[in-house]
Amino acid sequence: MADTALAAPDSELSRAQLAARHGLTVAGERPRLVAYGRQLWSYRYFIMAYANAKLIAAFSTARLGRVWQVLTPLTNAAVYYLIFGIILNTKGTIPNFIAYLCTGLFVFTFTQSVVLSGVTAITGNLGLIRALHFPRASLPIAITLTQFQHLAASMVVLMAIVLATGEPVTVKWLLVLPALLLQCIFNAGLAMAMARLGAKITDLKQLMPFVVRTWMYASGVLYSVENFARHLPPTVATLVEINPLLVYIEAMRDALLTSAPLANSDPLRLWGLAVGWALVAGLGGFIYFWRGEQEYGRG
Amino acid sequence: MADRPQASGVGATTAEGERIPTVIVDDVHIVYRVHGGGGGGNTPVAGLRRILTGKRSPVIREVHAVKGVSFTAYRGEAIGLMGSNGSGKSTLLRAIAGLLPATRGAIYTMGQPSLLGVNAALLNDLTGERNVELGCLAMGMSRADVKRLTPEIIEFSGINGRGDFATLPMRTYSSGMAARLRFAIAAAKKHDVLLIDEALGTGDAQFRRRSEERVRELRAAAGTVFLVSHTIGSIRSTCERSIWLESGVLRMDGPTDEVVKEYEAFMAKK
Repeated sequence: MADTALAAPDSELSRAQLAARHGLTVAGERPRLVAYGRQLWSYRYFIMAYANAKLIAAFSTARLGRVWQVLTPLTNAAVYYLIFGIILNTKGTIPNFIAYLCTGLFVFTFTQSVVLSGVTAITGNLGLIRALHFPRASLPIAITLTQFQHLAASMVVLMAIVLATGEPVTVKWLLVLPALLLQCIFNAGLAMAMARLGAKITDLKQLMPFVVRTWMYASGVLYSVENFARHLPPTVATLVEINPLLVYIEAMRDALLTSAPLANSDPLRLWGLAVGWALVAGLGGFIYFWRGEQEYGRG
Repeated sequence: MADRPQASGVGATTAEGERIPTVIVDDVHIVYRVHGGGGGGNTPVAGLRRILTGKRSPVIREVHAVKGVSFTAYRGEAIGLMGSNGSGKSTLLRAIAGLLPATRGAIYTMGQPSLLGVNAALLNDLTGERNVELGCLAMGMSRADVKRLTPEIIEFSGINGRGDFATLPMRTYSSGMAARLRFAIAAAKKHDVLLIDEALGTGDAQFRRRSEERVRELRAAAGTVFLVSHTIGSIRSTCERSIWLESGVLRMDGPTDEVVKEYEAFMAKK
């Protein structure tokens, strides 16, 4: 067979036509949304392995290793209790303040760490992104999973604190599971949105700690949520009360504590907001992240 | 096929005997932005002045790295890319891998090309074994495949030659060992198109020989291999076709021997 005969059919076609004829696709083209979701699902083992790897790496140089997973929330609770419970004495009208504080703190820390590490999900992994081709949303989702495992350890500590402070075990404790699930979806969406923003606006990494801290004060972590209605104009108070973090914190407080003051005391409103925020952030974050899929390697 | 012994792979042609293209590069221009390149504009005062005057940061610069390159690569070919430093070779590979979008023109590929470069960072705090697992999963392998291939990959990389390094964190590896492991991971999968950036230049003579063998195997499995290297020797021994880029422009595309001759003459003149 001679080469000249073989080359003939190609030469009559333009390069684009030749590509179409042999089923070649444009390099780095973004898949459609549904196909992208399916692709992501087929990478689930990678996401899990990556989340575990990050968890192990986080403690790999500490002598106590993963004991810190439990020690960190304990120490955190102790510090905040010392400042807000004893020195400033913000207890006020809240029964069982320490459990109230810890619930808020641990639930908040979950979202906080997801947001802060989500900002660097792309920029911190450029090496991996430029070397291998995988759906990039794997990275922010893996971050959510890693932080979820931290939260799981915190939840064990929290249950111990709640029981030690004399709260009874009730059927309502079962609500912990849907509350965590909804917050996970919310956080995953947030992580994806933050990852794309952080890849574009590199200054965000410096700015986010302040945003998150403000969010903490607006979510009634450290003091009674009754302060909002008391000190803020009604419209602002309502805005603060429907903010997603407060909603997830209250869902947890409602599940674990018998007499905690709640800003969203109507269960229908509380769970409606929790589901709504999870859907909005989860879907919105996913679509927003997907739209930038082909640009992440650019740096 | 007697006149084409090097493209010996199964299915290198269609039933009609037509060669199957795997990568089509059609008049591609690539301009990319570089953040944080030096210059005097990095002080706080200069930054404030920029905010006030609304001028764009001089820290962000545009580089026109590839200027109108076109070629077609076929199944079963190994193509060497040569050119002096900064001629756009690595940028072109990244674009073929779909990691850098082309500013103008288009690149069509069969399947998803895999880029294998010495810059590819794995997770340094993890053991070599875990990095193998992660890398394989990231390439889209199933868990069963990963389990089956892990010992082979570690064996091929030869990192266990001096004690049990596979269970040590990668930050304890020498740069040569890390590069070998990365190559071993990427070469474990059959790719339609494999892009290798300077990877064969690292490692000792023994590993280089083994990796050149592996490249030949991959090519025999009807893939296309692109190889960027400054070592003309490794291009000459693995690639029968070469492309020479200079300042982002395609200078020559043809049999390796001819291109190397011209290239070496050009470099000697410089």
